[in-house]
Amino acid sequence: MPMRKVMKGNEAAAWAAKLARPKVVAAFPITPSTLVPEKISEFVANGEMDAEFIKVESEHSAISACVGASAAGVRTFTATASQGLALMHEILFIAAGMRLPIVMAIGNRALSAPINIWNDWQDTISERDTGWLQFYAENNQEALDLILIAFKVAEDERVLLPAMVGFDAFILTHTVEPVEIPDQEVVDEFLGEYVPKHAYLDPARPITQGSLGFPAHYMEARYKVWEAMENAREVIKEVFDEFEKKFGRRYHMIEEYRTDDAEIILLTMGSLAGTLKEFVDKKREEGVKIGAAKMTVYRPFPIEELKALAKKTKVLAILEKDVSFGIGGAVFTDASRVLVNEKEKPILLDFIVGLGGRDVTFGQLEEVVEISKKALEGEKVEEVHWIGLRKEIL
Amino acid sequence: MAVRKPPITTREYWAPGHAACAGCGPAIVMKLATKAFSEAMEEKYGDPNAFAIAHATGCMEVVSAVFPYTAWKAPWVHVAFENAAAVASGIEAAWKKLGRKGKILAIGGDGGTADIGLQALSGMLERRHNVVYLMYDNEAYMNTGIQRSSSTPYGAWTTTSPPGKYSIGEDKPKKWVALIAAAHQVPYVATASIGDPYDFYRKMKKAASVDGPAFVQVLAPCVPGWRIPPEKTIEVAKLAIETGLWPLFEIENGDFHNIKFQRFPKDGKFKRPIEDYLKLQGRFKHLFKRPEAIQELKNQIKELWRILGKEVELP
Ligand SMILES: Cc1ncc(C[n+]2csc(CCOP(=O)(O)OP(=O)(O)O)c2C)c(N)n1
Ligand code: SF4
Repeated sequence: MPMRKVMKGNEAAAWAAKLARPKVVAAFPITPSTLVPEKISEFVANGEMDAEFIKVESEHSAISACVGASAAGVRTFTATASQGLALMHEILFIAAGMRLPIVMAIGNRALSAPINIWNDWQDTISERDTGWLQFYAENNQEALDLILIAFKVAEDERVLLPAMVGFDAFILTHTVEPVEIPDQEVVDEFLGEYVPKHAYLDPARPITQGSLGFPAHYMEARYKVWEAMENAREVIKEVFDEFEKKFGRRYHMIEEYRTDDAEIILLTMGSLAGTLKEFVDKKREEGVKIGAAKMTVYRPFPIEELKALAKKTKVLAILEKDVSFGIGGAVFTDASRVLVNEKEKPILLDFIVGLGGRDVTFGQLEEVVEISKKALEGEKVEEVHWIGLRKEIL
Repeated sequence: MAVRKPPITTREYWAPGHAACAGCGPAIVMKLATKAFSEAMEEKYGDPNAFAIAHATGCMEVVSAVFPYTAWKAPWVHVAFENAAAVASGIEAAWKKLGRKGKILAIGGDGGTADIGLQALSGMLERRHNVVYLMYDNEAYMNTGIQRSSSTPYGAWTTTSPPGKYSIGEDKPKKWVALIAAAHQVPYVATASIGDPYDFYRKMKKAASVDGPAFVQVLAPCVPGWRIPPEKTIEVAKLAIETGLWPLFEIENGDFHNIKFQRFPKDGKFKRPIEDYLKLQGRFKHLFKRPEAIQELKNQIKELWRILGKEVELP
């Protein structure tokens, strides 16, 4: 019988790691994810988890040790955030290029400077081009579930790419919620044992990994990563189906909320989706035709799902906690790419919100709706909106 | 008639056909080190192949693993420049979990070890992973075209320590990573030179045989980097020992009071002047117009020996 426990997002991630039975975990503490390695150490210390836990001296070595372990052919897990993830940056490309299905939990946190420990998605968004799958959780249950899902997708032979699962700093990492912990046997059935056919450092059948790729081969190797990421679209959907059958919870590439007759849809990721749903309920009571949508999978980008969503609405307002300086939000930029050649498309609006832990309030969301309405009425509005800026201190 | 066992194994893990320069010192290191490892694994686990290699970016990685070819007949992985020790830590942990017997060999150049990889090395040693870290010391970044490292000796020319009107070449004393490694009180640390291949072979075997981490720093001349003719590699490496410039020692468990020396003259007097070593190499050519720099180099070497507990005389 699945067990229900009230726990923090970090604990949910640690539980997911425990359930997945990785053979090697290497991690280094960083707020807000510190509890993940702490909890895993506890599991290992109590004999509840049969993994080698390497207490590395930095995140760079954490991911390097994971690459070593994964190259040796075992299931591998790590956790980090923000500066820690940035320190791993170089090796993230390598993990993907070497096709190592490492899974990493990220307590999404802002990047310095100024140093800030609170939530936004700049850390994972900055790693979007590394070749890692990216999932974003709305709540602690999703953090747990998506980590299990990430292992299953990452290890699929059609994919073989590493995966990161983001859950918002403090909003989820440190907030307690009831979480259903699946039965170990069911997780075992779901994940099976990881038996690599492509990466193993076995003296009985020596192979060379991590070669130098001359111009004659490099591009093809990169194309294979591209292809794997494309394959991941179908694999993720299959895994979502299987997950529902086994555990009863349903996931979507993009989850929609009251979008059927919406004129304005607010699209976001992570915990903000919960706020948006409540806000939509309130606006619906006021008679505003508004809906919400949550992107659960950001890499691969849910292209078809976004096109379908866009068909439903006149304004698609994208709310995101990240910025690509000199252009706008990353999700907005990606969404524009998806819709650019569509004959009929909604007005796309770019809202930068909640950076560095700033609360995203209903007041701010009202502002988003006002701007969306103006755009709907044909008024020209700015292309990028910084919502909730304290202009008086600028 | 009894057949004598060859002094080193005839098994090969470093195959011909790699792309290293003719006369490459580090290439000789690769060959000898893997042979020694294999012999140790055979004696310890009954399986000569019970090892895997994690390699840092650098000359030896680049010349040995050009896709779709490989010079390696052992399981081998390269990840990045600074993390061979961390990658090896991960492999070792995985092997433990897989119940696989054997040892991991991490290999890095002086740049990947003394500079950018020092932190990962320290972490690996401190955590007591069952890994041998082999630093092949060609005393500069050769793969990027001969830039100085912190292991470049005083006075040497490199492209980033060029001698000139205001410069004698590299102006800092060499950093001795073996001593830093020994300070971690790990079971075994040694220096070696391909100028004494049997000593190097024995030390690699020893390093592979101990339980826990070991570190070996081996001097390996680089033909273009040192500006030497390819046939002089071994001679230069020998002279480094004979002039007292390259101490050969072993430190067990960080016990600096009981350092074991090899090829040390009983009276502490080295017979060959370091000039004999310097003059063979284009990288020191400019020093002969600056005798005070050669004297400074001698002073530094004497000081190193003194720290190691030996008073020496250099002619
Ligand atoms: C993070 C990073 N910085 C720089 C480089 C470029 N780089 C590759 S190998 C190398 C020098 C290697 O020197 P060393 O470790 O002494 O080995 P050698 O080439 O002499 O064999 C440098 C600077 C790199 N690959 N990665
Ligand atoms: S440049 Fe030096 S280290 Fe590199 S292959 Fe040539 S001789 Fe060997």
